[in-house]
Amino acid sequence: MPKAPAGTLYRGREGMWSWVAHRVTGIGIFFFLFAHILDTALVRVSPEAYNEVIATYKNPIVGLMEVGLVGAIVFHAFNGLRIVLVDFWSKGPRYQKQMFAAVLGLWVLLMVPFVIRHLSHVFGG
Amino acid sequence: MTSTIPAPRTPRRLRGRTNTELYAWMFMRASGVLLVVLIFGHLFVNLVTGDGINALDFAFVAGKWADPLWQVWDLLMLWLAMLHGTNGLRTVINDYAERDQLRLWLKVGLYTATTITIVLGTLVIFTFDPCPPDAAAELLPSFCPVP
Ligand code: HEM
Repeated sequence: MPKAPAGTLYRGREGMWSWVAHRVTGIGIFFFLFAHILDTALVRVSPEAYNEVIATYKNPIVGLMEVGLVGAIVFHAFNGLRIVLVDFWSKGPRYQKQMFAAVLGLWVLLMVPFVIRHLSHVFGG
Repeated sequence: MTSTIPAPRTPRRLRGRTNTELYAWMFMRASGVLLVVLIFGHLFVNLVTGDGINALDFAFVAGKWADPLWQVWDLLMLWLAMLHGTNGLRTVINDYAERDQLRLWLKVGLYTATTITIVLGTLVIFTFDPCPPDAAAELLPSFCPVP
């Protein structure tokens, strides 16, 4: 019996997925940054206005979103350094896969302590 | 009519061509490396040290901006991150917005938002008053004169 095609998803492996994740995180960070500059500008309005808006950042649900934001930034930062090494280091293209593994490894290494520390601030009061 | 094929290795016509995209490409990499230091330092001081996010309020910001180091730090971070992100989004728009009109208007919107945020952020850093005269004293940093 003939089998149906096993899907048409292009599987670009490390190179493609790192690019997708780099693009998605870059766009996400940009929109957060836009909001973050506007909320910080409230220090120029009054201490009360600033403190009131900053209080929303301390809400537990927003606290969890901050973990996502920091995770996106840390990935984009390490993978950005990988891109720089691919472009400028003579052996960069040859080791791009290993460097992607290093990006993921460093990401876990930094995020585990950060998440513990940040969530204990958010939920520990 | 005969057409002549240029001799091999004649230089390509460069009139009207610029290196803007090369400079943008270089800027993405240079600003990226600097942003690692600026953003990781920012996140560490604001979210990890001390009481982390619970310590953030007007007095915290005022205390930081009393130090010119943090003024320059935040100013650099503001400009580099906004220009880096804006150029990144310009690439994304070029990739996906295929109609000329749409591409143009998306970029007009992007550059407008960028200009407003950079100007606003810069003004805030330089015109900031850590001790506004009509504010409640308990909201202000400890170095403000007691009325
Ligand atoms: C933390 C340090 C950062 C590093 C090392 C970094 C590095 C890079 C690099 C190397 C590129 C690729 C440019 C190219 O392909 O020509 C890039 C793209 C991009 N970055 Fe960053 N970046 C950082 C922070 C940021 C921030 C804070 C934002 C947002 C404001 C951002 C938004 C973007 C966007 C939107 C792109 C375009 C993605 C694409 O074309 O697919 N990046 N970044």
